[in-house]
Amino acid sequence: MTSPLEQKLKIAGPVVVTANRLRDGAVVYRTLDGRWSNRLDEAAVANTAPAATALLAASIADDISAVGAYVAPVRINANGQSEPGNLRESIRHAGPTVAPAMTPGI
Amino acid sequence: MYLYDELDRTIVAERVAEFRDQVGRRISGALTEEEFKLLRLMNGVYLQLHAYMLRISIPYGTLSSRQLRMLAHVGRRYDRNYGHFTTRQNIQFNWIKLEDLPNATADLASAGLHGMQTSGNCVRNITTDQWAGVAPDEIEDPRIWAELLRQHCTMHPEFSFLPRKFKIAVTAATHDRAAVKVHDIGLRLHRNGAGEVGFEVLVGGGLGRTPFIAKSIRPFLPKRDILSYTEAILRVYNQFARRDNIYKARIKILVHDLGAEAFAREVEAEWQHIKDGPLALDPAVVAEIAARFRYPDYARLDENPPELAQLRNADRRFDTWLGNAVANHKVPGYAIVTLSLKPEGGPPGDATSDQMDAIADLADRYSFGEIRVGHEQNLVFPHVAQRDLAELWRALDAIGVATPNVGLVSDIIACPGLDYCSLANARAIPVAQELTRRFRDLDLARDLGRLHINISGCINACGHHHVGHIGILGVEKNGEEFYQITLGGRADERAELGALLGPAVPYGKVADAVEEVVAAYLELRERPSEKFVETVKRLGVEPFKERVYATH
Repeated sequence: MTSPLEQKLKIAGPVVVTANRLRDGAVVYRTLDGRWSNRLDEAAVANTAPAATALLAASIADDISAVGAYVAPVRINANGQSEPGNLRESIRHAGPTVAPAMTPGI
Repeated sequence: MYLYDELDRTIVAERVAEFRDQVGRRISGALTEEEFKLLRLMNGVYLQLHAYMLRISIPYGTLSSRQLRMLAHVGRRYDRNYGHFTTRQNIQFNWIKLEDLPNATADLASAGLHGMQTSGNCVRNITTDQWAGVAPDEIEDPRIWAELLRQHCTMHPEFSFLPRKFKIAVTAATHDRAAVKVHDIGLRLHRNGAGEVGFEVLVGGGLGRTPFIAKSIRPFLPKRDILSYTEAILRVYNQFARRDNIYKARIKILVHDLGAEAFAREVEAEWQHIKDGPLALDPAVVAEIAARFRYPDYARLDENPPELAQLRNADRRFDTWLGNAVANHKVPGYAIVTLSLKPEGGPPGDATSDQMDAIADLADRYSFGEIRVGHEQNLVFPHVAQRDLAELWRALDAIGVATPNVGLVSDIIACPGLDYCSLANARAIPVAQELTRRFRDLDLARDLGRLHINISGCINACGHHHVGHIGILGVEKNGEEFYQITLGGRADERAELGALLGPAVPYGKVADAVEEVVAAYLELRERPSEKFVETVKRLGVEPFKERVYATH
């Protein structure tokens, strides 16, 4: 299987790097200062393929904090904040849509 | 119930200790994720969208009340107070933390539960009829054979790295409730012309990306040969299957490519080498396994006690439930009761920890402490005295598991879908929830009769959509959820794959389309007793297609 780093990244808009935290599996985002945060608004946003590749490379190298890092699209809202760019990422961010009691909060 | 022996307990205890060490080394960084992934999968631990998921094996769907209480405890202590019963008669916890897994698995082991072989390319949980041992239409308890196979396949070195996962199901009844024709190996116990009981062996069934109905490769296999013949099938599979292509690695592709006859010849040739070796079953071994299945000490009771008829007449809700969720038992005066985990608006197959505890208590009081899990994602009390039915119904109703919709339109099978699963393309549970609201009218549901809706959120078909009377498959098109609808599938002894109705419909239109299909059926059926699948069989999908796509 090809490593994500060996695949040429193509991006069509702003992206972030997301993964699951090792200890509990919670959804996390890579921050500008090289941490993982469960807040999307703290995620580092990349707008070019080289920037996204660099962000992803640093994230994957951090195998002990988070697992399965990949690039995910975001939309920037009117307030300049990142919002999930597709349904899968919306569900990862906000939790299952099946019942209000089953939202994240880890 | 089957009583585990010391060997089972030792295997599980050793695995718990081993996994504790592996988790510790992963968290410390001594193991990379690449190294750890295979190890966690061997213990049923997946990483899903939001969290880790732990899948726990429930062999042939049989649980003791003590085990169910332990599942309730794990849900409460380590997860979010609920679990999800699956189409493989297992249970999954969706929010478990890696750092809690060693303690959770140790707790589970104390009740004889584990996640071994619930993932990975090995022989998965061997399933059977959830009415095994009590169904009036069975010739013997199929769980004895499922247990023999479980023991043989557990940590079997030749079966630990198969080309792909491998699923076996066993039935011993006239009516197949175990979906054996859509399994890698389906075993059907039956009596031959000489009056002997043996197995019809079916291979190469399966759903997923490329669905197939299994082919019969041996009409009658003596019981003594079941292990050697299964081993021969797995050896042929191991030797010839496409390990180079994950999409072509299941045995169904091999059987299809070789042809059932050629495949059977390979199996026979392999079998000749081993059939009279150590795998030939000694009747004493079978008797020992059979003796470890303990059956209740049934009382001598009258069939249909008069108070039951009185209550039926007095309470329509009770009468409805009795007609729907209660089935005949092989012992006079007893009944099989299905607990619906499909309440209106609820996720199919979910039970809270409080419900599990309450069900365990009720099982102790009314079902000799035994519970079954069915592949339709409902639970079963297999040994209920008919005189207790009214009391039990009130108690089940109070905890929300007496919806009288078993086998009806709102008894929907659904996989976790995009709400939980990292493989999914579209949501399945909310579609099911909406359909249960649309079909909340139980009078209509009864009029519709047996109608199975099965929903999968991706092509892997965990929701068995191919064999739903109405099958719904979620796909993604340009970032939006769309759903393909198939009609006429069935998973029983007359198993068939559904036929595609037409172009996929968007998320917001699925329930409308299903309502149109159902409305068309009501108009098209020849008589009320003609079931939905029979109408589709008689007419094909065309008249349904015209109806659905005329209005959308």
